[in-house]
Amino acid sequence: MNTLAARGIVPDPIARLPWEMLIPLLLLTGFGALVLYSAGGGSWEPFALPHLIRFLVLSVMAAVIASMPREAVRIVTYPAYTLVLLMLLAVEIVGQVGGGSQRWLEVGPIRIQPSEIMKPAVVLAMARFYETLPSGMIGSWRSVLPAGLLIVLPIGLVLLQPDLGTSIAIAFGGVVVMFLAGLPLWWFLTALGAGVAAMPLVYFFLLHDYQRARVTTFLDPESDPLGAGYHIAQSKIAIGSGGIFGKGFNNGTQSHLNYLPEPHTDFVFASMVEEWGLMGGLFVLAMYALILRWGWKVASESQDRFCALLAAGATATIFFYIAINLLMVMGMAPAKGIPLPWMSHGGSSMMTNMICIGLLMMVNRWNRVAPRRGLSFG
Amino acid sequence: MKIPFLGFGPLRNTKMVNASILRSTFERRSVLIGAFQGTIGVMLALRLGYLSVAENEKYRLESESNRVNLTLIPPRRGWILDRNGAPLASNRADFRVDLIPERLQDPEGTIDRLGELLSLEPARIADIKDKVSAARGFQPVEVASSVRYEQFAALSVRLPEFPGVVPQRGFSRFYPTGCTVGHLIGYVGPASAEEYEKDPNPLLITPGYKIGKDGLEKQFEKELRGVPGARRVEVTAGGRIVRDLETREDVQGAPIKLTIDGPLQDYAARRIGLESGSVVIMDCRSGDLLCMASMPSFDPNSFSDGIGGVEYAMLREDERVPLRNKVLKGLYPPGSTVKPMVSMALMQAGIDPDETVNCGGGLRVGNRVFGCWNRRGHGPTNMAKAIYQSCDVYFYAMAQRTGIDPIAAMARRCGMGQEFPLPVTSQFFGTVPDPAWKMKKWGREWQAFDTVNATIGQGYMLSSPLQLAVMASRLATGRHVMPRLTLDTKPQGFENIDFPPDQVEYVRKAMSDVVNGPGTAGRARLPIDGTLMAGKTGTAQVVSLSISNGKSGPWKYRDHGLFIFFAPYDNPRYAGAVVIEHGGGSGAAYPIARDVMTFLFDPAKGLAALEALERQWGGTAQQRLDARYAAYAAARGASVSRPPRRDEEIFDRVEAEARRAATQTDAIAEQVIAPRPEANPSAAAPPPAPQPVAPAGAEAPAAPSPTPEGQ
Repeated sequence: MNTLAARGIVPDPIARLPWEMLIPLLLLTGFGALVLYSAGGGSWEPFALPHLIRFLVLSVMAAVIASMPREAVRIVTYPAYTLVLLMLLAVEIVGQVGGGSQRWLEVGPIRIQPSEIMKPAVVLAMARFYETLPSGMIGSWRSVLPAGLLIVLPIGLVLLQPDLGTSIAIAFGGVVVMFLAGLPLWWFLTALGAGVAAMPLVYFFLLHDYQRARVTTFLDPESDPLGAGYHIAQSKIAIGSGGIFGKGFNNGTQSHLNYLPEPHTDFVFASMVEEWGLMGGLFVLAMYALILRWGWKVASESQDRFCALLAAGATATIFFYIAINLLMVMGMAPAKGIPLPWMSHGGSSMMTNMICIGLLMMVNRWNRVAPRRGLSFG
Repeated sequence: MKIPFLGFGPLRNTKMVNASILRSTFERRSVLIGAFQGTIGVMLALRLGYLSVAENEKYRLESESNRVNLTLIPPRRGWILDRNGAPLASNRADFRVDLIPERLQDPEGTIDRLGELLSLEPARIADIKDKVSAARGFQPVEVASSVRYEQFAALSVRLPEFPGVVPQRGFSRFYPTGCTVGHLIGYVGPASAEEYEKDPNPLLITPGYKIGKDGLEKQFEKELRGVPGARRVEVTAGGRIVRDLETREDVQGAPIKLTIDGPLQDYAARRIGLESGSVVIMDCRSGDLLCMASMPSFDPNSFSDGIGGVEYAMLREDERVPLRNKVLKGLYPPGSTVKPMVSMALMQAGIDPDETVNCGGGLRVGNRVFGCWNRRGHGPTNMAKAIYQSCDVYFYAMAQRTGIDPIAAMARRCGMGQEFPLPVTSQFFGTVPDPAWKMKKWGREWQAFDTVNATIGQGYMLSSPLQLAVMASRLATGRHVMPRLTLDTKPQGFENIDFPPDQVEYVRKAMSDVVNGPGTAGRARLPIDGTLMAGKTGTAQVVSLSISNGKSGPWKYRDHGLFIFFAPYDNPRYAGAVVIEHGGGSGAAYPIARDVMTFLFDPAKGLAALEALERQWGGTAQQRLDARYAAYAAARGASVSRPPRRDEEIFDRVEAEARRAATQTDAIAEQVIAPRPEANPSAAAPPPAPQPVAPAGAEAPAAPSPTPEGQ
């Protein structure tokens, strides 16, 4: 990229964009549009075109986020977090009033799912908190209690919806930030141990029947080949039948003949591998690897604690989506409504991921403007 | 607690934590997380490779078996043809709708909505629900056949709302003559669970495929079946067909050519009219069964989509047992129709036919007196007169001389108590009693009255209408005629001569005199110049005189009417038997024989006679059956009990009842039978018997003593 700028062929602002991430991202989104074109029965409607439009719109949003000045972000962080928390509360209230649970708020034509926005918001708030926390307090109760509240409040609200998957995603982002902030390791090991010990209790007393069914199906997919296990079985058939080079564009039978459920959202990867084979799958994995590697690079190049934690948390949030979705479609995790970033049809998850990308680009820009000097920062 | 090598133990105790330590912690830990993510990534790539390379074969097959649906095309069933090639059972292209019970999500709702869409009757909907609840998963249940195109199209469009419903174009079995061939041909229906277990052919559970359930349809199942075609189609998960991939045509089953004369079968069945009985006619020269009519009957067309509850209840409650094939499974005391056969036995035993016995109206045997039907007596009676006047005393006397054994042997030789090599699902043997049989069955000694009863075809003697028809052809030809039902079998028995020609001549003449001479059935004369029919009447008593006089009173106590016959008498071409259950005497039987034979020689004349009768009866047999069904369904539709789940249960029940019915006369077998008058059909016409259209000239009141001729 720098070479392009040096040659003066490309204008400087464009050349300075993080192309090592943008090119994989554009390829991935374009490829996603192709897969959705096929999943839509060989048509731009109803999936592929909205996917691209959504990406364009959200790209603008990411660009706006990326151009925010450092001070403004510091000031806005907590109010933004509070706002999203209030929106979550509003979802709860609207749900209670309207009767029955719901996960979104409707503002005019736009339908916002606050729990999705909460993922980057938590990361942002946590990064801000640990930035302001004096180094000496790491390891004391004051290093964990406020941060814990920042995570627990939204998780509690999201669990009420109930949405276990998103709660775990929020927790994952928050805990990764805590981990990277340098909290004592044994805390995490103890929490992990306690979590493992509590699993049976959670399984038997806290989970809903349908959630329990997902877990049993995951552990023994053959137990219910036509019910809950059907999704995963059909997904594995789609992936396995693709072979090395796939059945060809628009020739996927599993997705076109409706054997594969949700071929445009949760199981978009299966419907892609069916048509593009192992090669397509490895391509997508490689693109994700490039994007995530760039995320970590941004984190490690950060000049201050806030930026480092923010970049790492955003990367972890994106990773969480990718990992859970891919583990699920390949039969290694319970069936779970988590879409695949930039490939699945659906606005909420794309918005979350584009916010994360925007935040990363923002940190990246700050890094360029004032590169980190020496070891001391903060 | 302390994990020194990672450099961040309980930090709160030290003041050493500063920004640079935190930074290096961040970097170490971010490497850790990055490594963790990388591991997950590698794992995903390996898993992906495993699924799409190592397991590719397996999943490719599974995806193909998802995508491609192999449907069998039920083969068109072979036709069943009569001797002239006219179809008795054929196929009709139609639209049909089936249900696959295991694929139904909401059986009750689906069936109700289907019923609305296809405008089915409530009784039919109840039947379908009943069948679906009893069906095992793989068994298709027929909802409707012969669906109108508009309804079929409407359903096909709305198919996604009806999971488990299979509409298709196909062929359904069609019996052009309906109920008149019911017992002979049988019917078809979906294979039962047991039939599928016995023959696990996927064809049997293909929606719309029917197998033979009864009669010839069942007997010739293998020949009629044909070879199914196959259609490979691409289907969606919801079962919608996307496109055809490949189609192999079916091969129609082979036709079965019967010896039956279709129009004659139809005519005979219709001519039985309101009575319950059977008509069997054979070709004496080949043994061909031309007609095996048994009425009342069921409509095999309506049985092919399953026996409905209302229909079954109606048929079952009918005391005239429409479900029983009376040709093969009706057993009756043959009554006086055995007399020509007994005469043959007497002649073979050396009795001179011209020897006379003086009939004074009765004969004392031991300390009992056995009466002749003619209480006033027949006077001096030789064998011929004993046949045409049906004199009982002559046979009592002669049988005392020869004993029962030659008579029993002759009865068997004439076909009584025998089973014939015919392609039928079952036939009853009947009984030819003799001392050994009686000892074995009843543990009692043979008595003189047993011989007396047997010589007039009463007592324990039982035979089926088919056996009587075979007896008639053997008497008529003198040869051991074997009946045959299909044209591809060889005529049999003609090389075996049973009786010498002179004896045959003698009996033929005597039997001709029954009809054309001074006999008991003057009104049976054929209205055709130059064609004389010979015959013998029989009236079989079923209960003792103390219960019924045999002519009136409860239907089931009335006498059976029987008639065996052949024509032309001097060069027999056709022979047969008519048996009318509880017809009140032979007068119910021989007018039917006359009209059927008239039809055989002159169809126009026969039909004219039938049409006149059917106007009185209220339509053809099929029309009356349909009307009765409509009336019954209207009256009782809501309160019928359910039909047995399996057709086999129906068959077993019908057969058991037929066996029980055949024992009706056991009660009087030990009694002395007071023979019923044979010769006065017009004097005491039985109430249910229709007044036949008698040929002119035969109207002479055939009083107990008809115009004596000869003797």
